[in-house]
Amino acid sequence: MKYLLKEGIVVDPKANSAKKLDVLIEGSKITAVAKNLDCSGLEVLHLEGCYVFPGFVDMHCHLREPGEELKETILTGSRAAVKGGFTAVASMGNTKPPADSSAVISLIKEKARQASFPVYPVGCATKGMAGLEPSEIGELVEAGAVAISDDGNSIMNGEVLRRVLEYGQMFDIPIISHCEDTNLSGNGVMNEGFYSTLLGLQGIPNAAEEVHVARDMILAGLTGARLHIAHVSTAGSVALIREAKKRGIRVTAEVTPHHLCLTDEAVKTFDTNTKVKPPLRSKEDQEALYEGLRDGTIDAIATDHAPHRRDEKETEYNVAPFGISGLETAVPLVWEHLVERKLLSPVELAQKMALNPARILGLPERVIEAGAEANITVIDPSLKLTVDVSEFVSLGKNSPFDGWVLRGWPVMTIVSGEIKYSRQLQKI
Amino acid sequence: MKFKRKDVLGLEDLTVEEINLILDTAEPMKEIMTRDIKKVPTLRGRSVITLFYEPSTRTRSSFELAAKYLGADTSSIAIATSSVQKGESLRDTAKTLEAMAADVIIIRHSAAGAPHLLARWVSARVINAGDGAHEHPTQALLDMFTIREKKGGFQGLKVAILGDITHSRVARSNIWGLTKMGAEVRVVGPATLIPPDIERLGVKVYYDWEEGLKDVDVINVLRIQLERQKKGLFPSIREYTKLYGLDQQKLQVAKPDVLVLHPGPVNRGIEISPDVQDGPHAAINEQVTNGVAVRMALLYLLMTGGEKDEISA
Amino acid sequence: MSPREKVQIMDQEGIRRALTRIAHEILEKNAGTEDLVLIGIRRRGVPLASRLSEKIKEIEGTSIPLGILDITLYRDDLSQLDYHPLVRKTEVPFSITGKKVVLVDDVLYTGRTVRAAMDALMDLGRPKLIQLAVLIDRGHRELPIRADFVGKNVPTSRKEQINVSLVEIDGEDKVTIVEKDT
Repeated sequence: MKYLLKEGIVVDPKANSAKKLDVLIEGSKITAVAKNLDCSGLEVLHLEGCYVFPGFVDMHCHLREPGEELKETILTGSRAAVKGGFTAVASMGNTKPPADSSAVISLIKEKARQASFPVYPVGCATKGMAGLEPSEIGELVEAGAVAISDDGNSIMNGEVLRRVLEYGQMFDIPIISHCEDTNLSGNGVMNEGFYSTLLGLQGIPNAAEEVHVARDMILAGLTGARLHIAHVSTAGSVALIREAKKRGIRVTAEVTPHHLCLTDEAVKTFDTNTKVKPPLRSKEDQEALYEGLRDGTIDAIATDHAPHRRDEKETEYNVAPFGISGLETAVPLVWEHLVERKLLSPVELAQKMALNPARILGLPERVIEAGAEANITVIDPSLKLTVDVSEFVSLGKNSPFDGWVLRGWPVMTIVSGEIKYSRQLQKI
Repeated sequence: MKFKRKDVLGLEDLTVEEINLILDTAEPMKEIMTRDIKKVPTLRGRSVITLFYEPSTRTRSSFELAAKYLGADTSSIAIATSSVQKGESLRDTAKTLEAMAADVIIIRHSAAGAPHLLARWVSARVINAGDGAHEHPTQALLDMFTIREKKGGFQGLKVAILGDITHSRVARSNIWGLTKMGAEVRVVGPATLIPPDIERLGVKVYYDWEEGLKDVDVINVLRIQLERQKKGLFPSIREYTKLYGLDQQKLQVAKPDVLVLHPGPVNRGIEISPDVQDGPHAAINEQVTNGVAVRMALLYLLMTGGEKDEISA
Repeated sequence: MSPREKVQIMDQEGIRRALTRIAHEILEKNAGTEDLVLIGIRRRGVPLASRLSEKIKEIEGTSIPLGILDITLYRDDLSQLDYHPLVRKTEVPFSITGKKVVLVDDVLYTGRTVRAAMDALMDLGRPKLIQLAVLIDRGHRELPIRADFVGKNVPTSRKEQINVSLVEIDGEDKVTIVEKDT
């Protein structure tokens, strides 16, 4: 297989450039990147006006397999990922049973192989995700875990987290922290603030996140471990992370598209699709997230794709599970709300969605240059579509963005040279 | 005047004109309650279902009597809150009620927003009889009816809402309604029971009863849920009563003709002292009568005036 | 659409004379004022009932109880209207049980208002008898109802509308016929 991506705008985050170039792909590799490559005898894909990005990586999603296959499977999640423009994903370990054994990690890898899509498993930080004893991190890493996390749960005991960090740092993997003091978040279902007051719904204060962000970074400093803060949602967390980075703590952080595009005002509809952890925060928090992205405090954008069954969400706000099905809307949301508004350049987008997440997880580097693995995400900035959850290939239709009109949709996803998704060819 | 809405879910949505129409209509309804034969044929052949996910005696009886006085047939479904998560989902219950061809569903639920979901799922009209700590529109309307009856209007009136504001749907609905009608609303209570940013609803916050109750025309005393104490929201009932229980001493700082309201049921001697509860300022029993009248007015306005299909929410 | 033509069929004096006659007829038919009560149907039956009670007082020297009936909640067309008829108070501050009740209204037309008024009365008590007094009877009954006392019989077509104006409500006394716009 040999083909040419013709006249797309190739985004190179390392060179900080976006230039109109041709990209030649042979087998699984990029073999040439240059202007006006000779295309005689080649299959040519014309990409005028489109951006050609190094392949996006979603470093935080929940594919639900094993155990909750009615919500999502590795196959359906993989298809949703490529349609959403992702060339690889890391799947969190809060499955049933949780990914705290090499058996579960191996199962995920096998299912990923069957789906022929790179799903990188994240192993559990503690046994049974109970937050009491560190899991067999060495064996999990050996089986293929690229990171360790109890995401979905919080490790409330600081001593346990200290040991996880201390032990985990031996294996040079990131420890991903879901920062939530569950005493402070209690039975809260939304952000604590004006709108929780208005709606009479129990709030989750910013402090519930920030207290653990501070604690976890202090323990990272103590142990020298590589800490990654998942789904940062508050202004206070951004400030704490900025400060810790200055002090040389090995910490990285991610933010989700929904925290960038929605605030707690959205809960006013009582649409349970707005129920997510951490909760949608205030406008001021959102501004701080933008600033954190711009100044490098926040390294990555990750979906926290959390599919749920329709009937689970079609219920009282208090009862509904937390989570948003995000794989298929992440790219156009970020494009419309950040790139179009000049809050993020295409080059910065490549850093946040390709380069940095791959680096944090230790995956093959995301670049578009001769000799690199051909992982490519193509975005058409002028393509304007309405989000329609009934068209999601993910089993999770739980999106608060249904009906939103967005620009900048992924139109082609190439994984190791293979075109996994093409809007034009109607191929997934 | 048209009252063109499918549901009544909260005072946040109601306009000043709609509130006035409801209160004006409640007056003749109150007259019907004084008759020997307390029944008019207005809603004959219509069905009203009360769907209560929380125990309640007075609100439920009040709605049922209101419907019956207007000639409607009523039926009640009680679902223990504890079984909500295990039992039939609200979505499935909605489908069942839809199949029963109810004209009006009156719902009380411990989850804020449950009536809003139900209203989207059924073609019947939905009245919110209290959803979590969100809204309790008919309670606020009956409080307002009582205030208007006693004080003649709302403009410039100083109203203090005293107690656990955070968990109170009565407080929220009263705040929406009273501020719309031009009253000056204060909330008075301990910092642990006043929710963040409530000032943005146009109210003043007081932790000190002496400042908060000074020169007020109306005090609406909220019921304190005793189990909140266990969650550390106030240190003891004794201290709560000392600092926020309405007694003769605290009443002195208000206007001499202050009106005292309480949504009931009362924790006697805790949020309000027995002499105030039974004293000349309190209108707690009249509130109950007015509750029926206001609910009759709402049922009349919702169920008459045009075919359902023409009515837009 | 032609301009609406108004024809005045009663003036202030005509209304006065008609009410005086009705007052006499009421007294004659009921042999005095014993157990007699007047109940006006909102809105224009109310001032008419009040005027009749004054005339009866002039003639007999005794005051008879006067009530006000709002029949909105007894209407048979509530679900067909696209507006809300404002419900007002019924004010009958005395028992009507065993009383001779004279219902008073301005115009008798289909009879549906009177039907509603009788139902409303029955819910207030058990009168000995009910009589009906109207200023205008314009025909076109849809129910088997007739008036006991009539100020003026006015043959009309259904296209026409009778407008009764009274000083207490409209600032002047007169009755006109108007061709309805169609």
